[in-house]
Amino acid sequence: MLVPVLAGLLGTLGPAFGYLPALGGTALTLDPFRDLANTPGIGRASLLSLTTGFAATGLSLFIVALICAAWSGTRAFRAIERALSPLLAVPHAAAAFGLAFLIAPSGWMARIVSPWLSGWVRPPDLLVLQDPFGISLTAGLVVKEIPFLLLMTLAALSQIRADQTRRISNALGYAPVTGWFKTVFPLVYGQIRLPIYAVLAFSMTVIDVALILGPTTPPPLAVQILKWMNDPDLSMRFLASAGAVWQLALVVLALLCWRTLEWLAARIGRAWVRAGSRGGATGALKAASLLAAILVAAAIVFGLLGLLIWSVAGFWSFPNALPDSFTARTWMRHATGLWPAITETLLIAAIATAVALFLTLACLEAEERHGIKPSTRALLLLYLPLIVPQIAFLSGLQTLAIFTGLDAGRTSVIFVHIIFVLPYVFLSLGDPFRSWDMRYGLVARALGASPDGVLWRVRLPILLRPILTAAAVGFAVSVGQFLPTLLAGAGRVQTLTTEAVALASGGDRRVIAVYALTQTGAAFLPFAIAIFVPAILWRNRRGLRHV
Amino acid sequence: MSRAGLTLERVAIRHGTRKLVEIDTHVGPGETLTVMGPSGSGKSTLLSFLIGSLDPSFAAQGRVLLDGTDITETSPEYRRIGILLQDDLLFPHLSVGENLAFGLDTTRLPRARRREQIEHALDDIGLSGFANRDPATLSGGQKARIALMRMLLSEPKALLLDEPFSRLDAQRRAQIRELVFERARAKGLPVLLVTHDREDAIAAGGRVHSLD
Repeated sequence: MLVPVLAGLLGTLGPAFGYLPALGGTALTLDPFRDLANTPGIGRASLLSLTTGFAATGLSLFIVALICAAWSGTRAFRAIERALSPLLAVPHAAAAFGLAFLIAPSGWMARIVSPWLSGWVRPPDLLVLQDPFGISLTAGLVVKEIPFLLLMTLAALSQIRADQTRRISNALGYAPVTGWFKTVFPLVYGQIRLPIYAVLAFSMTVIDVALILGPTTPPPLAVQILKWMNDPDLSMRFLASAGAVWQLALVVLALLCWRTLEWLAARIGRAWVRAGSRGGATGALKAASLLAAILVAAAIVFGLLGLLIWSVAGFWSFPNALPDSFTARTWMRHATGLWPAITETLLIAAIATAVALFLTLACLEAEERHGIKPSTRALLLLYLPLIVPQIAFLSGLQTLAIFTGLDAGRTSVIFVHIIFVLPYVFLSLGDPFRSWDMRYGLVARALGASPDGVLWRVRLPILLRPILTAAAVGFAVSVGQFLPTLLAGAGRVQTLTTEAVALASGGDRRVIAVYALTQTGAAFLPFAIAIFVPAILWRNRRGLRHV
Repeated sequence: MSRAGLTLERVAIRHGTRKLVEIDTHVGPGETLTVMGPSGSGKSTLLSFLIGSLDPSFAAQGRVLLDGTDITETSPEYRRIGILLQDDLLFPHLSVGENLAFGLDTTRLPRARRREQIEHALDDIGLSGFANRDPATLSGGQKARIALMRMLLSEPKALLLDEPFSRLDAQRRAQIRELVFERARAKGLPVLLVTHDREDAIAAGGRVHSLD
């Protein structure tokens, strides 16, 4: 994991300081950075990266914490848990498109209140989408990051006996939400710190969502860097690399800032805990957090529904809430173009996931046979590709690949996808694999099975469900990758995601809807398999229903 | 010196500087040795050592011999020591019959002959026709009998019991205990039972070694 990230960073650092022999750059110079500083709008683009990052991360964390504080241990919470994985599987781009179609001036929300309430008979002239402050971009990120953080929080909660702690604080007279924040949250936070850093770094540097929902003049920094990278004038690579290094510096700065805020929050929090106030307002907090949860889920669900309707819409004039007619024409017309993208997407995702799954199982099994205890440092290594901004090391990898003559194509796309799929597969399989009852292995050994026999005949079959779920998560991650596919494939490898995002600027909603829905379908498919295969295979095995 | 049975030769297990278990004894064929002690006294550690799965954080000295052969360094799957633990640990993904087949040496017998053996084994413990059942649908006593039979089918040369009766209700408990000891005696197996239940020790009828 370390090697490609470091190699990529080096490949970015070189040109950033003017070193790229293939383009005649042999002397170390600060010129690229001077050019960067002189680029109009660079300050605004950088600021935008910071504000969206902090706003999206802070808001997501706040809502997730509030939901857990108000609802964990209740029946509503279990419903939220169940809704989580499908929401998580929706690719970023598809969710962003869905949201865009909802909130655009001519979108569904405006249509539903028009004209009877708003009086609009044509789309209002409001800059809702791609607003210069990045508000819609932040909203799009929050909608997708909340399910991710919630999943991580749930995993953390299961490890720290949160329910007992809550009961104790309740018995001491603390209101549920206040008690949770005072006793459980500090423990949970320690466990979800790395995922939060990943969310912060991702939100600052995201490209596909920014292309769909983000401002355009200037765009956020990462989008600008990508434009320079794709410039036919190869000398722009120096500027692009300088931009990537600057982006990396911004992310490091933001992480340091966040760390300081953590420290501050801990001091204030400690004082708040010592003060011993019991809190209250449970009802209001419960209602507010449930509303937030419903809003997030609705944004994704109705977004997808909107995509579905657009994809089969005939003529659809403005204030009408539904199209005048329905037709399969858009689907039929793009079927021939869709197929190659579908097969390419599935092929890349299948191979990347298979490799990642194999590596994960090999690691976990070796960990156990040789009694290696995973350290915090190893975990950090796993999170590295998720925290180091993609644009900072992928652009370097691409530069290295181009000038060392390595061919950009499907193989390099698969390789780069593995870098991002592996951490997710490992994180989702690690806990179920380690918490497996070792005594099954003991008994099997005593019955004459070799260590490999135990793995293949006992452990893997029993863990089939979590293994397939981990594979599905990895598959969905691969399907959703935009920048890695674009850069490692040099624009020649066309997946559903790259195609869908490329269509964003065109603005043909029907075509966008078709591609975004197909992309969502490709991400959902393995989740369906992960649910149905064990259900059919183990239909007569009650003991495996909750593995 | 080749003695039939299970020999523990000056076995001592320590964890750091703390001495957990010290035992030097011989369990003859058909004989039962009960090791008693409160929880945390190292009973389970001793069993782990005997089946070859001791956690590396423990340091063990001494030798284990089975029918005169030193098995101290042998892998668990070649030791031919059968174990029954507190839980039945029937593999949840296999049917009752497949669980029993797991204990059989799979390469040696043709398929039809194997099925015949399994049917016979089921008849033997009063569970005829259970081969295709899901183990999760059986009662506690039935599961315990299957677990015992699965272990016996692997033809062990010694038996280790780790409180295998503690999860059963009083009535089943006496029944299963009777069945286990009867089978072990019939096959002439040395048995090592660890328990904190005096009743188990009395029913086992052999010597008692106390840990503290």
